[in-house]
Amino acid sequence: MNATTQMTATHSRTATTLTGAEVLMRVLVDQGVEVVFGYPGGAVLPIYDALFQQDRIRHILVRHEQAAVHAAEAYARSTGRVGVVLVTSGPGATNAVTGLLDALMDSVPVVCLSGQVPVPLIGNDAFQEADTTGITRPVTKYNYLVKRPEDLAPVVNEAFEIARSGRPGPVLVDLPKNITVGPAPYAPPSGATRRSYQPQTEPDREAVARAVAAMKKAKRPLFYVGGGVINSGPQACADLTRLIHMTGFPCTETLMGLGAFPASDRQFIGMLGMHGTYEANLATHDCDVLIALGARFDDRVTGRVDAFSPHSFRIHADIDPSQINKIIHVDVPVVGDAGRTIAMMIEAWEADATRPDQAALKTWWTRIDAWRGLDCLRFTQDQAPDAVIKPQQAIRRIYELAVETGRDTFVSTEVGQHQMWAAQFFKFEKPNHWLTSGGLGTMGYGLPAAVGAQVAHPDALVIDVAGEASTLMNIQELGTIAQYRLPVKIFIINNHYMGMVRQWQELLHGSRYSESYSDALPDFVKLADSFHAKGFRATKLSELDDTIRAALEHDGAAVIDICVAEGENCFPMIPSGAAHNEMILGPEQEAQGARITDEGKMLV
Amino acid sequence: MKYTPGLPPMVAPSSSSDASDEPASRAVMSVLVDNESGVLARVVGLFSGRGYNIESLTVAPVAADGGLSRINIVTSGTPAIIEQIRAQLERQVPVARVANLTTLGSHIAREMVLVKVVSTGEARTEALRIAEAFRARAVDTTASSFVFELTGASDKLDSFVELMAPLGLAEVSRTGVAALTRGPRTL
Repeated sequence: MNATTQMTATHSRTATTLTGAEVLMRVLVDQGVEVVFGYPGGAVLPIYDALFQQDRIRHILVRHEQAAVHAAEAYARSTGRVGVVLVTSGPGATNAVTGLLDALMDSVPVVCLSGQVPVPLIGNDAFQEADTTGITRPVTKYNYLVKRPEDLAPVVNEAFEIARSGRPGPVLVDLPKNITVGPAPYAPPSGATRRSYQPQTEPDREAVARAVAAMKKAKRPLFYVGGGVINSGPQACADLTRLIHMTGFPCTETLMGLGAFPASDRQFIGMLGMHGTYEANLATHDCDVLIALGARFDDRVTGRVDAFSPHSFRIHADIDPSQINKIIHVDVPVVGDAGRTIAMMIEAWEADATRPDQAALKTWWTRIDAWRGLDCLRFTQDQAPDAVIKPQQAIRRIYELAVETGRDTFVSTEVGQHQMWAAQFFKFEKPNHWLTSGGLGTMGYGLPAAVGAQVAHPDALVIDVAGEASTLMNIQELGTIAQYRLPVKIFIINNHYMGMVRQWQELLHGSRYSESYSDALPDFVKLADSFHAKGFRATKLSELDDTIRAALEHDGAAVIDICVAEGENCFPMIPSGAAHNEMILGPEQEAQGARITDEGKMLV
Repeated sequence: MKYTPGLPPMVAPSSSSDASDEPASRAVMSVLVDNESGVLARVVGLFSGRGYNIESLTVAPVAADGGLSRINIVTSGTPAIIEQIRAQLERQVPVARVANLTTLGSHIAREMVLVKVVSTGEARTEALRIAEAFRARAVDTTASSFVFELTGASDKLDSFVELMAPLGLAEVSRTGVAALTRGPRTL
């Protein structure tokens, strides 16, 4: 295939000649960029020089490029804006790959600018050369290599448009050094994208009408809400709340959807899926009309696909048509923006005077309340002052004491048991306050995510609920936290194990804890101290609340080492290969794990 | 040289679980893409990354201004998988149009093959006789070899190549399928 670039040349309208790097700064300002997360290197020196000579854009120097992407993701998810990353060529770009895929899987708008060796050197195995567009093609929504100066401004503008529109995602722009050093024409954003890229945002009215007609007839309905609603914006979440109240239907959310509907609302029945609540999973299994909004039937949600919600009429609204009928066959597909779909559903619901079967709904709620009565998240904490702290107790108290502060609170997590407990025990009343790695499950996400959230919201309380293993994967970001005096609170739920790995080894592999013990851990209090943060430690129940309070009150960064029970497992749980109505509720039922088939084991 | 008719798949058949029990069938997909660097890698990478089959692939610019290229892909899978392939192609940024010609009704799918046959005597005469029957053209002739050119449907090409196998078949080069819908309708 011939390698002509397609961007139409927009000729310079400025009298003065700017360098490519200066043009880049202007375009970023045009795009409303205030913060860039990055790390310098040879190929981006001209860009860093242009950054140095301006004062509109703030640069946050991370300690590893992966962290730059996670910070930009959290910035984007907590503000609804595009996060921006700047990395150098070669290792700079390859280090960003994990973050880019994380953003792709969780639909986070990020623009990553990477340096590249000069165009004449491309293909020569030059110093710090990598085939960055080749490497990042499968981990981005789209990517570019800018080969001509006149393409620079239009490409960067289009990159922002593509990152934020449709189903959002990461876009990478590879910038050879000769392009940023040499002269380039400036072009203002036109707002237009290429003809081939026209995401469908407006749902089909007829499809919405069919969906609402089914909802009116439902006897056991359920809303299943995903991150797409949060991506659609605060208005979509407000409308969702209205729609749910209007219908009187129960609502469950995915890991990415938490916060779209207020968790304290009686109609919220918790997260669904592998570690979701008993009531949410049984409701999913038994419902007769399932209304999926901005969710993608991830395998963590569905469990065994052929046993997923077997009796339901399924409505699926998603902005990405490739998600529809990908895993679960649906009866009414609605392609479009979640917010527009919800607004149209409200209209159609109000236009039709028929009321749903109230008696059936009441019976349905009685069943749900009975499931709820099981209190599936309960755990037993020995109340003796010297008692070992249960991880669930630690996380629940972090949540309750954070609420007591009355402050606007953003929560990030790493990946594993602590992440699932945080999802279960934190009650999110608002969208955009929950930052976690869902699709990719990236250990090491939480600490840099806390950086991004705190940079975006300097006055807010930012908490990273961490595990001792995950947090070590990007612990170097304590340096970034120190440099910018970010008062983030890193609560390390320290059980000396990669807890989720240990749990699965217990369940599936005869408790052979192969390499899952966190040996030779650092002293996290001393570690905090060496990074200019304050370290805290709680080793027994009597110390827990005071330690959490002291850390929350501390006006700088805090690392809190909470030593918890080592053997605790995360429940409830749908074992791999099982259906929603085959949940394991607690340790007493763990023997069920032994029944997991080889096929189940393969499902991860 | 032993030659097995039909191109081997570039990618192993999909092992991903498929809920439907419907049988796999062949489909011809036509994809109009922005003619830009990396677009072919993007399309091919999508197939290998998601475990879809590519049986043949052709690509060339088709617009007068060189702005668009047409990629024709012969693939196979259950109807659900073919629909997923279409949807995954459609969501790619530089993809302007995707059509599954197999479901669009009647279409023409043709390809060209060059076949080198090295033989003498009876086998050589027989090769020439079969080539005439298939309306293949001899585009290169030496005392001990022919290169035949044949255009047509893929299964016709398969039979031609198969018949040449015992007659000194030495080398085969196929273009892959170019396809259009029949009638006035366009992509």
